[in-house]
Amino acid sequence: MRFAFSDQQTEFRDAVRQVLAKECTTDHLRAAYEEPAARSPRWTTLAEMGVVGLTAPEDHGGLGLGMLDLVLLLEEAGRVALPEPLLETTAVVVPLLSELGGSGDPGGVGDPGGSGGVGGAWLDGIAAGDVAAAVGTISTDSPPIAGADGADLLVLFTTAEAGDGEAVPEVHLVDSASVTIRTVASLDPTRRLGIPHWTPKDDTRLASGATAREAIRRTADRAALSTGAELLGLTESMITMAAEYAKERNQFGKPIGGFQAVKHLLAGAQVKLEFARPVVYAAAWALDEGEPHASRSVSTAKAYASDAATEAARVALQVHGAIGYTWECDLHLFLKRAWALAEAWGSASEHRQRVLDGLVAGA
Amino acid sequence: MDTTMDLRTTPAQEAFRLEARSWLAAHTPPPRSLPSLDTAEGFEAHRQWEQTMFDDRWSVVSWPEEFGGRGVGILEWLIFEEEYWRAQAPLRVSQNGVFLLAPTLFEFGTEEQRARFLPAMASAREIWCQGWSEPDAGSDLAGIRSRAVRSEGDDGWLLTGQKTWASRGAFAEWCFGLFRTDPEAERHRGLTYFLIEMSTPGVTVRPIPQIDGETGFAEIFFEDVFVPDGQVLGGVGRGWNVAMATAGSERGLSLRSPARYTEAASRLVDLYAHSLQTEPARAARSADAVAQAWMDAEAYRLNTLWTATRVLSGGSVGPEASANKIHWSETDLAIHRAALALLGPEAEFHGDGVDAPWLDGYLFALAGPIYAGTNEIQRNVVAERMLGLPRG
Ligand SMILES: Cc1cc2nc3c(=O)[nH]c(=O)nc-3n(C[C@H](O)[C@H](O)[C@H](O)COP(=O)(O)OP(=O)(O)OC[C@H]3O[C@@H](n4cnc5c(N)ncnc54)[C@H](O)[C@@H]3O)c2cc1C
Repeated sequence: MRFAFSDQQTEFRDAVRQVLAKECTTDHLRAAYEEPAARSPRWTTLAEMGVVGLTAPEDHGGLGLGMLDLVLLLEEAGRVALPEPLLETTAVVVPLLSELGGSGDPGGVGDPGGSGGVGGAWLDGIAAGDVAAAVGTISTDSPPIAGADGADLLVLFTTAEAGDGEAVPEVHLVDSASVTIRTVASLDPTRRLGIPHWTPKDDTRLASGATAREAIRRTADRAALSTGAELLGLTESMITMAAEYAKERNQFGKPIGGFQAVKHLLAGAQVKLEFARPVVYAAAWALDEGEPHASRSVSTAKAYASDAATEAARVALQVHGAIGYTWECDLHLFLKRAWALAEAWGSASEHRQRVLDGLVAGA
Repeated sequence: MDTTMDLRTTPAQEAFRLEARSWLAAHTPPPRSLPSLDTAEGFEAHRQWEQTMFDDRWSVVSWPEEFGGRGVGILEWLIFEEEYWRAQAPLRVSQNGVFLLAPTLFEFGTEEQRARFLPAMASAREIWCQGWSEPDAGSDLAGIRSRAVRSEGDDGWLLTGQKTWASRGAFAEWCFGLFRTDPEAERHRGLTYFLIEMSTPGVTVRPIPQIDGETGFAEIFFEDVFVPDGQVLGGVGRGWNVAMATAGSERGLSLRSPARYTEAASRLVDLYAHSLQTEPARAARSADAVAQAWMDAEAYRLNTLWTATRVLSGGSVGPEASANKIHWSETDLAIHRAALALLGPEAEFHGDGVDAPWLDGYLFALAGPIYAGTNEIQRNVVAERMLGLPRG
């Protein structure tokens, strides 16, 4: 029993933190607000460091690592509100492509994880930093897909109808050049929301039926966990910004951070963060290890991280007072991402329900 | 050497778990069969249970063997606790000694003090209470006024003053208390940590009935109570430092093991599943709270493993103990509040009914945000020492 990261993992985290502190400042974020892009020089830097291809197999230029290695880096991405789709690309699409390797559907894109298949080529491109991906569901009532606007590769989940009328889940691999995407405005423009205009074709199908169902389920787990990890970083940033502000801002002749009402708001948020962290880390471990209760761990993690972030966002804004309500103050860059991610890939209450249903079913 | 994360217990740890489980299965009295430990009769019944554990070396598993333990590590202790709560074994009447004073004795005690006090504590021959709070010094512990003056020629001290809210103080044999030895020194400086035998002449105990009517704590009056030098813990004038070590155990890893909460949370889920059948509408209204309470317990379990690993690798627990205390006390409340909401009108039933433990547990949980330093004080600590906000 050892619940800690390895030195290698924390050293990699520190290296990424250093790079992002320089390459993803709030000035960069403001620039990304003006011109949102899926890839940037920063993305290339991350690819060169091995971050983008972290989860890709080594024979596709990746490092062949897992969620436990990635989770600390996602936390760093959250800390700086990284606008690029590390979560969608590295945490979600790469494992999906690698996993579906060899399961190629007859008539589908085939052999995706293998060296020669279409999926394999995408993996090469991702690890090289040339491909940004997005992932989502296409149905009449599904929400817009984060990162779809500007993504190179889309992984789309659909439901086909079998001959007997039964719903059959499918996973499709779609080159974004072949579709038009209607953009949808997000409060956080770097989310690059979009709805692809696309209908399923045989030659984009990567998997269907039970294989697809399982892949979609695992994707949802990875995405929820990764979102939770980014939320940890966002939460810490919001608390830190507010605590720093509370030390500087004077009212009644002293720093507002000396007032107990302010202290207690921040302490409450800090306690939530402290307890969310191990929950997220444990879920990453459980996913990598294929633990029987991995999905429950993931739901606990997402619910905890979402709530911690929502609380920190509320508290951080309150502690800033009116300045926090301005466009000029950097805080909103983090608040907006936190609000979006708190609901993405399952809200806190959806995940709580999932936890409880599983417990009652004895699962 | 670089090692990776692994949340599984080792085969040796599982063997230890099974050994504990089978011992507990053979020896644990039926759940809630002992009289309340806040009565004279219950106190003795609980003492006997501790003696039974001690006889087979289960009362203090993490202590060295010479003092009656098994010398196992913190993870094994957590495993033992899981089994203990799973078996619904009795509350630990010796908890002030075993979980609070003992870690402090290991850190600050002399060899003679350890040899004198630890074995008797492990067997519950001597049960300890904590004499810190005073009528005018609760949250402001450094404001205590009870004092000790040098008893010249006698190699000891004469203690005078009043302590209050001492849990189990009505029946305990020994008390660890803070007294002012230097009235001139600045508040935190002039304090000394004493180990006091309750039968010493000059000690008077007045039991205080708690919210449930039982004698859970007591006032203790001291009138020129002689305490020899050998019963000063950690040095004269060093009482504040020593007390903060005890408080760290109280808020941090030692007093409240996660098993207490994970076990209660799993019984809460059972109660919820039962309510789904009998009172589906009420159950549906409680679903979110039940799930949250279960997750709070799980988060506490994981946070404890996280901290334990850090401690095992040579790290220490600082102000995180305050965050910890806030979390465990609020988790306890969340679990019990959710249970009472599921019980609906039956929540107020008191006595021996099957559901009465939830009400008793709720009453006890309500004290959690007050004792061991109130949660408001812990929030101050988190804000000042984890976030660097100014002291105010
Ligand atoms: C069940 C139980 C068992 C106990 N067992 C023991 C024991 O064995 N030994 C022992 O010595 N003591 C014991 N205590 C006492 C406990 O340590 C004190 O109750 C606690 O320290 C608070 O002190 P107080 O009750 O005097 O409250 P006060 O200090 O008077 O506080 C009252 C309220 O004011 C708030 N407050 C006070 N100061 C501040 C501040 N600076 N900032 C913000 N809020 C503040 C508190 O948070 C609280 O809400 C026990 C208490 C209970 C309830």
